[in-house]
Amino acid sequence: MRVVVEPSRFKIPVARPSIGVAGKTGSWRLERPVVDNNACTRCFLCEIHCPVNVIRVEPDTGVSINYDYCKGCGLCADVCPVGAIKMVPEE
Amino acid sequence: MSKPALPYKARDVVLPGDAACPGCPIPIAWKVLSAVFGDKMILVIPACCSSVVVGMYPGNSLKASVIHVPFASAAAVASGVAEALEKRGVSDVQVIAWAGDGGTADIGMASLSGAAERNHDFIYIMYDNEAYMNTGIQRSSSTPRGAWTTTTPILGKGEEKKDVARIMIAHGVPYVATASIGYVHDFYSKLVRASKIKGFKFISLHAPCPVGWRFDPRYTVRVARLAVETGLWILYEYYDGRIHLSGPSRPLLDASKRKPVEEYLKLQGRFKNVDEKLIKSIQEYVENNWEWVKRHM
Amino acid sequence: MGLKLVLTGNYSLAYAAKMARVNVVAAYPITPQTSVVEKLAELIEGGELDAVMIRVESEHSALAACFGAALAGARVFTATSSQGLLYMHEMVHWASRARIPIVMGIVTRTLGSPWNIWPDHTDYMDQRDTGWVMSFAVDNQEAFDLTLQAFKISEDPRVYLPVMVGIEGFILGHTTMPVEIPDQSVVDEWLGSRRQPYVIDGSDHLALGNLASPEDTEEFFMDIQNAMEEAKKVIAEVDREYSKIAGRPSMGLVECFKCEDAKYLAVSMGAWSGDLKEAILQLRDEGFDVGLARIRYYRPFPVEQLYERARGAKGVVVFDRAISFGSAGPIFLDTLASIARYSRKTPYVKNVVAGLGGVNITSEDFSKIIRKFVEEVESDDLVPFEWYHRRGG
Repeated sequence: MRVVVEPSRFKIPVARPSIGVAGKTGSWRLERPVVDNNACTRCFLCEIHCPVNVIRVEPDTGVSINYDYCKGCGLCADVCPVGAIKMVPEE
Repeated sequence: MSKPALPYKARDVVLPGDAACPGCPIPIAWKVLSAVFGDKMILVIPACCSSVVVGMYPGNSLKASVIHVPFASAAAVASGVAEALEKRGVSDVQVIAWAGDGGTADIGMASLSGAAERNHDFIYIMYDNEAYMNTGIQRSSSTPRGAWTTTTPILGKGEEKKDVARIMIAHGVPYVATASIGYVHDFYSKLVRASKIKGFKFISLHAPCPVGWRFDPRYTVRVARLAVETGLWILYEYYDGRIHLSGPSRPLLDASKRKPVEEYLKLQGRFKNVDEKLIKSIQEYVENNWEWVKRHM
Repeated sequence: MGLKLVLTGNYSLAYAAKMARVNVVAAYPITPQTSVVEKLAELIEGGELDAVMIRVESEHSALAACFGAALAGARVFTATSSQGLLYMHEMVHWASRARIPIVMGIVTRTLGSPWNIWPDHTDYMDQRDTGWVMSFAVDNQEAFDLTLQAFKISEDPRVYLPVMVGIEGFILGHTTMPVEIPDQSVVDEWLGSRRQPYVIDGSDHLALGNLASPEDTEEFFMDIQNAMEEAKKVIAEVDREYSKIAGRPSMGLVECFKCEDAKYLAVSMGAWSGDLKEAILQLRDEGFDVGLARIRYYRPFPVEQLYERARGAKGVVVFDRAISFGSAGPIFLDTLASIARYSRKTPYVKNVVAGLGGVNITSEDFSKIIRKFVEEVESDDLVPFEWYHRRGG
């Protein structure tokens, strides 16, 4: 059951993966998460729960956040079991 | 120190900068999906918030395949995709119908029932944010009794919540489960179990919506957990002819272990006008659900 | 060469799908299409057709399932009528705008209310804006031929649009006629493997249908119109190639029956064209210079062909078995537009709407209508629109 994929010259409504489809969503923020990597226990809960997937936990360095896309929702702060993340107003 | 035992695939598939509201449970759920399936999944998405969360052509916020379909057709399109792939001998990609409660319990009910009855081999996940959120918070059959929505703005929803998971159990499909964005590891395990079963699998995922339920976006996971901790949302699987209660819900068989429903309700602006009468009916609702679960364990 | 069977129109559709080696069929029964689905189920369960049958719970799901299967790389087929076709109407648009090759048989039946199971072209015409290539058969042989060719046209990269083939319910659908079927090996060689512009099967990361801006959307739509223009060439090409393997004459988008230099031209579509031809032969014997341009492809509308046939005529009478309420018959509207596109001087063009709701129109009726039409033209007293209706058989 062979199927041949042969593109044509027509413009077709097929999209491809792209970071930042809604632009630099970091501009949406009213507050930003600030992490205390000494208090952080590397439990990974913030990385797992971040809806924009901008948190990375590395065992040695701790938590890093890509602020270009962080929407400032505060989920990471609420989910952190040791309160290592605080939401502070964006300047 | 070696890499933590987390599926690193979850880092690559859900791309930052999508159009979801801050605190939206949808991309969190997609991360769990990608932890199980990586980029090898085809999401069939009817009209719902997810239709716009993925962003505008020519970009797409998921490094996976997506098929956008008309509102009532997700289960039917997914059936076609699943059958064609099987006929072609393609078995390394997971077909997932990913729909809201509107596209599943209301306009999508007929095609859902058809696909379930014919037992096509794919996973249907209804992410339940308990209203038509994409069009601005109108009531669905899945809206809980008493909740404010824009079409029940003064009196709150009059009817009880439609239990789609039970409807799926009644269809006799091989696997039905309830899950919650408050318990992502539990959701993960259920996806893994579902992926190993041939036939129609249904998962009802509780997905609190900060905008529609009126709570601060930081509390999405907290609200979801409270739904389970109060016994309002029961986590279970149904296979081999009976209910298998999931870890977080197991202690709550004992009614005294359940937190009072007020703790869940008071965090949400949509229950602002809840009165004693409604709270009593909610407690009865919880009790009845647990009785049903016990009878089928 | 091939096989000669005696088939109903419905079975002709099913056999064409079988010869095209479809892999997935998703269909829902509705009078008068039901035997298409039943025959396909028999062919599949009996092992004659290696395909999956999805016994969907509605027509909306029928086209939805075909759509999903087609996206995932399967050659698909379905058929429907009337209310069922309308139920799947949003999927009809969705499929063509997604540019995915699909073939569908329409066993035409009128629309309610009231309930009515008999044929006209109303349900078919209701799809004319959707961007599907649309053809219509005059007999069961053509029903088979057009359906088989539909796969090739649909999967041509110059087209990449779904195709629907119409046949009248009962008149063709349930009536047996001899149908010649080419050898399977000849069809395989001619049709080849399925082709589509993209496939969604996990081999790439593609998102079909993401929200698009007004400008992008309009560009998608403009390319559908462009594809329709290309389709005119492709249809003629496919018809010519097919006529070589089938041994039947190639007619293209419009069949010209005694229409070269005809003073009076009739335009029609569908099975009643056979009765119309009978009337024309009778009239020609009596000295009337009348011919027929029979529409085989309604979309893309054969603008150039009709203009060529009509430009030299003194009068053109267009028969419609459907009506756009509040305006006129669809074929008439398209025909008039075709003529006016190229010429400021149009011949007398009359619209005769008839046969709706399944009212039976015979060659005597056609004869009567054309005689009256000729008289009107000759006395410069044209009645431009007429709904020819009568009671009793």
